[in-house]
Amino acid sequence: MESPVETQPNQVTIPSYTDLPFYRKQVRIALRNCGIINPERIEEYIARGGYLALAKAITEMTPDEVISIMKDSKLRGRGGAGFVTGIKWEFARRSMAKPKYVICNADEGDPGAFMDRSILEGDPHSVIEGMAIAAYAIGSEEGYIYCRAEYPLAIAHLKIAIQQAREFGFLGKNILGTDFSFDLYIKEGAGAFVCGEETALMASIEGRRGEPRPRPPFPAVSGLWNKPSNVNNVKSYAMAPQIILNGAEWFASIGTENSPGTAIFALTGKVNNTGLIEVPMGTTLREIIYDIGGGILGGKQFKAVQTGGPLGGCLPVEALDTPVDFDSLVQAGATMGSGGMIVVDEDTCMVEFAKYFLTFASAESCGKCVPCRIGGRRLLEVLTRISKGEGKPEDLDEIEYISRNMKEASLCALGQLTPGPVMASLRFFRSEYEAHIYDKKCPAKVCRGLITYKVIEENCTGCMVCKRNCPAGAISGEKRQVHYIDPNICERCGICIEVCKFDAIMVE
Amino acid sequence: MAKIESVEALKAFQQQQQQAHEQARQEKVVIYVGAGTCGLAAGAGETMEQIELELGKRNLTAEITTVGCIGMCVREPLVDVQLPNQPRITYGNVKPDMVARIIDEHIIGGKPVLEWVVGVVPQDW
Repeated sequence: MESPVETQPNQVTIPSYTDLPFYRKQVRIALRNCGIINPERIEEYIARGGYLALAKAITEMTPDEVISIMKDSKLRGRGGAGFVTGIKWEFARRSMAKPKYVICNADEGDPGAFMDRSILEGDPHSVIEGMAIAAYAIGSEEGYIYCRAEYPLAIAHLKIAIQQAREFGFLGKNILGTDFSFDLYIKEGAGAFVCGEETALMASIEGRRGEPRPRPPFPAVSGLWNKPSNVNNVKSYAMAPQIILNGAEWFASIGTENSPGTAIFALTGKVNNTGLIEVPMGTTLREIIYDIGGGILGGKQFKAVQTGGPLGGCLPVEALDTPVDFDSLVQAGATMGSGGMIVVDEDTCMVEFAKYFLTFASAESCGKCVPCRIGGRRLLEVLTRISKGEGKPEDLDEIEYISRNMKEASLCALGQLTPGPVMASLRFFRSEYEAHIYDKKCPAKVCRGLITYKVIEENCTGCMVCKRNCPAGAISGEKRQVHYIDPNICERCGICIEVCKFDAIMVE
Repeated sequence: MAKIESVEALKAFQQQQQQAHEQARQEKVVIYVGAGTCGLAAGAGETMEQIELELGKRNLTAEITTVGCIGMCVREPLVDVQLPNQPRITYGNVKPDMVARIIDEHIIGGKPVLEWVVGVVPQDW
């Protein structure tokens, strides 16, 4: 369907999705059914080839052959760490203890990320099928989907899908008349970010406090209830059926050599086309932001893009031609993460931006290990100080010192990666930090402690609109007289700028 | 539904479903509403109610089905209209007050409301 479609006798042509800039560069594997089928009807999933991969795996292949295809496809875990899925399955298969568990990590918690939610809502059967294939491969008969209760629609659709899969015999005893049995349960998480860490996630399923523990032992050896367990992300499971159906070579032919397949991103922030996208690995940030995303909102200048969520990092304009894959993003100074991509424009203060993610990550620290619990808090104190204009020259060294220690000494990825956004913004936007500390200026004019609202006297008509609207009562002046903003009372809320019709207020 | 107990039975069921889907495509008016969290947050619920209301007013029958997120969150609520044997045409940002015109001009009149059209969902997707 490359050419526009003739829809009506009057010869009007409407472009096909594949000709729209938003979709032209996309390749949909995990998202192939999302938005196309009714997720509450298993019949529609089956009509599009659903459960044929499971059928193929359990009737035509040995578990080792399934693992071998997964390994050959070189699918890397889409949760963020990028470990080869097939090798993970192999480790779990080799563990002798029984029973074994298959676990789906659907505890998506990054601010602004909704990849996993959209798949669970739009195509829940693909995840169920992928988990069943994994269960067959590792020798498991029981699985859990750990999904946060904040995703009610995803959980509702999952429940319907699991029920239907049981009725049709894709879950339960003797699936498709074979010896293979597998059933699946949902565990609703309470929304603690740290429960996305696999050992904390398993503790939470067991009914314990969601806290990570040191690895090894890895889940493949000792996981849920100390039994061998395989934990993968929603997207990894959703891709597995397509790999089984189409083969390892097909999957490996998409994307790059070391990161085959597609990457799914929740594209958000200051781009024109926010949305959910799936592109071949190796697509550049520029292609994603400008071709698919349609460029920056309101014709503003691109400033940075944050990948990897609150544990990732931001990249500047110079890095726009970085290909998106696990290794290139790390090399450039960010991370792949689970698929959050937040674009910010010239109006964003990078100190404030880093502080936002740090506030989130430090609040979500479980408190078990000291480097994360104390380090995050100290780091936040330093950043808060800088954004208030009380930064000291030695603060930048302090940031680096705390960050290094958190990275080296924290128990899990949450603590190790909490300094990520700060370190990345310091690396690429150091001058902005220095402006806050030395010049007591916020170049993006965001940090309230460092800006002043002033009336431009030539433009002010004395209409009194700003005075009436100022919630702090900081503006004085008589009718048809130039007004004055008292910086000691002004709260820097910006309402006066919004209401002024004469462009008579500026920020310094 | 009885359990599917063999691969052959699954393949037969798949074919049957494909045929049923193809038959519906040729015979029915199908309206797809993007009702993932992104769609619902943008007002897909109200839009869907309005679709049912306006169809009822005109004594029209159409199959209304909900789908998940197709990716263009910025254009939600997304509503696709598929006339019998015609492509599945997507409208973006469909607010309740736009529904009547889409039904009158597209479903009844056969002419898509071009100014609100986003694109055509490829059949091989």
